[in-house]
Amino acid sequence: MNSPSRAALALSLAILALAGCDRSKEGAGGSAGSGNVIRIGHVAPLSGGTAHLGKDNENGARLAVEEINAAGGVKVGDKAYQLELLAEDDKGDPREATLAAQKLVDSGVVAVVGHLNSGCSIPASQIYNAAGIVQVSPSSTAVKYTHQGYKSTFRIVANDGQQGGAMGNYAVDGLKAKTVAIIDDQTQYGQGLAAEVENRVKARGLTVVDREYTNDKASDFNAILTKVRGAHPDVIVYGGMDATAGPLTRQARQLGIKSDILTGDGACSPEYIHLAAEAAEGTICTQAGEAVSKLARGDQFVARYKARFGTDVQIYSPYSYDAVYVIADAIHNAGSLDRAAIAAQVAKTDYNGLTGHIVFDENGDLKAGAVSVFQVHKGQLEYLSTSR
Amino acid sequence: MGTFDTFLQQVFNGLVLGSLYALIALGYTMVYGIVNLINFAHGDVLMVGALTAYTAISAAQAHWPALPGWGLLLVGMGAAIPTCVLVSLVIERVAYRPLRNAPRLAPLITAIGVSILLQTLAMIIWGRNHLTYPQLLPPDPISVGPAIVTWTKIAVVVLSALIMGGLLLLVQRTSLGRAMRATAENPRVAALMGVNPDRVIASTFAIGAALAAVAGVMTAAVYSVAHFYMGFIPGLKAFTAAVLGGIGNIPGAMVGGIVLGLIEALGAGYIDQLSGGIFGSNYQDVFAFIVLCAVLILRPSGLLGERVADRS
Amino acid sequence: MKFAGIRLGSPLGIALLALALIFLPTVAGLLGAAWVRALAFAALYVMLALGLNIVVGFAGLLDLGFIAFYAVGAYTFALLASPHLTDNFPALAHAFPGGLHVPIWAAIPLGAGLAAGFGVLLGAPVLKLRGDYLAIVTLGFGEIIRIFLNNLNFPANLTNGPQGIALIDPVRLGPLNLAHPLDVFGWVIPQVQLYYYLFALLAVLSAIACLRLQDSRIGRAWMAIREDETAAKAMGVHVRNVKLLAFALGATFGGISGCLFAAFQGFVSPESFSLMESIIVLSMIVLGGLGHVPGVILGAILLSLFPEFLRHAAGPLQDRIFGRAVIDVEVLRMLLYGLALLAVMLLRPRGLWPAPQHGATVTPARGVAR
Repeated sequence: MNSPSRAALALSLAILALAGCDRSKEGAGGSAGSGNVIRIGHVAPLSGGTAHLGKDNENGARLAVEEINAAGGVKVGDKAYQLELLAEDDKGDPREATLAAQKLVDSGVVAVVGHLNSGCSIPASQIYNAAGIVQVSPSSTAVKYTHQGYKSTFRIVANDGQQGGAMGNYAVDGLKAKTVAIIDDQTQYGQGLAAEVENRVKARGLTVVDREYTNDKASDFNAILTKVRGAHPDVIVYGGMDATAGPLTRQARQLGIKSDILTGDGACSPEYIHLAAEAAEGTICTQAGEAVSKLARGDQFVARYKARFGTDVQIYSPYSYDAVYVIADAIHNAGSLDRAAIAAQVAKTDYNGLTGHIVFDENGDLKAGAVSVFQVHKGQLEYLSTSR
Repeated sequence: MGTFDTFLQQVFNGLVLGSLYALIALGYTMVYGIVNLINFAHGDVLMVGALTAYTAISAAQAHWPALPGWGLLLVGMGAAIPTCVLVSLVIERVAYRPLRNAPRLAPLITAIGVSILLQTLAMIIWGRNHLTYPQLLPPDPISVGPAIVTWTKIAVVVLSALIMGGLLLLVQRTSLGRAMRATAENPRVAALMGVNPDRVIASTFAIGAALAAVAGVMTAAVYSVAHFYMGFIPGLKAFTAAVLGGIGNIPGAMVGGIVLGLIEALGAGYIDQLSGGIFGSNYQDVFAFIVLCAVLILRPSGLLGERVADRS
Repeated sequence: MKFAGIRLGSPLGIALLALALIFLPTVAGLLGAAWVRALAFAALYVMLALGLNIVVGFAGLLDLGFIAFYAVGAYTFALLASPHLTDNFPALAHAFPGGLHVPIWAAIPLGAGLAAGFGVLLGAPVLKLRGDYLAIVTLGFGEIIRIFLNNLNFPANLTNGPQGIALIDPVRLGPLNLAHPLDVFGWVIPQVQLYYYLFALLAVLSAIACLRLQDSRIGRAWMAIREDETAAKAMGVHVRNVKLLAFALGATFGGISGCLFAAFQGFVSPESFSLMESIIVLSMIVLGGLGHVPGVILGAILLSLFPEFLRHAAGPLQDRIFGRAVIDVEVLRMLLYGLALLAVMLLRPRGLWPAPQHGATVTPARGVAR
């Protein structure tokens, strides 16, 4: 019995010793200016099913940090600080999100860009709020995230309520639909968005002829699409991400479904167009912000991103890019490295970013969150309109 | 589009799905029949096959643009099958063979470890993004009676049937098949009769891997997408199908796969009618599992009964 | 049982163990509060592992859906101690004008009882199934619970579906509120550490309970049916009740941990209760030593702390050795985790700390879960 117990002891000591390798530790404190460096955290799923989106977010944030540093850093008072990005992986799991959040708090970050999933942003926000650290999410759209009563939660995207409403309106005004079928992937994002669309179309007098569900790991939608086909809707609305929206669109066309297809920002990406191939032609999708390509800096951003990382922009990297700039702007305007001061300054943000004019309301949502509408035409996202 | 037409379409959907499940379930059940092991990494072997084929097809498209769709498909299979067989043999040798006499759950854990390793390696090699498969066969919808299908779906059903027939022939008529059945029955006595159990087991893994490779390529072709995480759910469904049909039983795996596919398609299509609107297609997996539980409670050894090694 | 030469059962051993557990978070806290949080989760996983060990290790019933009971416990507390029910059901809002704030010491028995009920619900139809059939049915059960939790937002919004339930009350024990740091004669204990103490205490109690169960009549009955069900029946063991008791007791442990988890995290959603979680808990007990309580505890602690250790050390280690990150940190974490599972089982197939085999003859493994 001594051999396993000794082995266990040795193993535990080794773990503790090697864990001390982590040099990025500061005691929890109000400020984190060690030398000339300001630390900003970023959390997203970097492994698992949505890893491609998480990495995209991190890339966007990193691009912003590198640009700011190259331009001389952030000026606080008369001193210039370099930004350091601490990137963590939350695997899309709420428990991992809290562990990552705690690690960032320990590391002395002044602000956090994250998380990607609302299901991670919400439990993590409790930790950031307790530490007084401001949290700016580039992609969490669940309404609840900013309605918990915390003063530290902000987001740079339109939430599900704003986007779902805009989608519903477009179905009525733009697509002139009378009947609609709604499918969602039963995730926090997909179900939340679909529920808001359903509310809006019902309020505007449309009939929901079919309501179907799938899950975010599915690849076969033939059964539910066959059912939808039997109900003859004018429009099919799908709440879910590009990984499922693409195959769903393709299978719909293969089954001979002619209805219009309308999806949200999770599916409004080049990946969606790749996955759906010719079937994507003519489908409509919305993005929860201004049309990046319409703004002058949009194309430059896409080009710089491609040059730096070698991959295409996925969905939310423009938002995490803007989030870093919003934070840097707030640090500069606050004139101090104190977490509370920075958080208070973020609330007063008035900044023209890649994704639009960023001003927050009292909850931390975007005031007048714009939603832009696109149509897939010849393999590209073509801008149609914006609702504000 | 009347109700009978919809029903027929759903049956066809279930057949396509079920054929894929059956192909994967065969690999599971053959391995289980011989070594009593739930090969958790089987779904990831499928994934490796699909991604390897993707690379081969992309290369072939670049070098020989005039190659027709079905030619690309053959190229893909030609690349996927040897790769999967090799990967599977390595896994068997490294992770399972040393644990043949270990407690039963030990190889389950190594299988999980192998599964994680394969997924991570795939993530490193092929990246995190979802990769689009080119259209290998003409994508235009064809009307078969009232149902609308595509060439790829027809290919899946036909190919699966051919392969299953071929496998049955192999197991019943060839000497390898005889050796496999003997080893599955009683490995020690088989060894006394001149069968080399290690080789037979390795062959079983190899055949299972080849089936997984074909299933991987066909899955990617039907759904036009491949990524490093794509093996988890098919592996799970195939395990369910194998158990449903009777684990260790080859015809059982085929029946189990088709039945599971039909249950899923018909369940998704008709749950809310059956339940009066309370349960919708969000409960389709629940429906499938409940049917499975019902079958197992009534027939505890699966639909066609089990065939496992007598290890005493 | 000896540990580094000291008998663990002796007063000295117990005192030393207690001191180690009490001061461990202070030491860990020097490295960062994230480590204390990790230790708290480790204690939760110890409880889960002990519960699953009763089902798989003692009774030999392969359960791949154990996390369902964790989910039941978590949602029970979430519903009883958050604004969700009062927001969605006006009748309840009238009955409880101050909101639903059931204290944890009342919610835990409820959660545990409900989980035990589900345990019996699972156990009853599967009594005749063995081995992999049992595995797939329990797996299905776990998935069914998760899908129900994900979809019970219609017609009546019971669980809020995929949105999950937020703003769950923290643990309140009388005057003690674990959401605020505690001042003990000038020594300030942060919240995370308070939660750790609670979880560690309960984990120790669970371990003691399991050790007693192991040596009790019911424990022997479990081992009898694990080894040979027919012989056990012949010796008068009431197989059906014994199996149901295994499921129910294992589920109880899961339910209790679930309640604590909900209070700790303040938010529950169905994504926390996936199939992968069940598999991870199973890996913990097999890796540690199936059926052996100290081994199971070791497995749970190691396997829950290893990813955290990798999270903290993988990046800086690479920097030190190579000067830069050769492989992305998250990829390296997954690689090492998979390799660790593989390596440990190949080197020690019976687990890191298996039950001692006194005078057993070496026969080909009949193993568990027949």
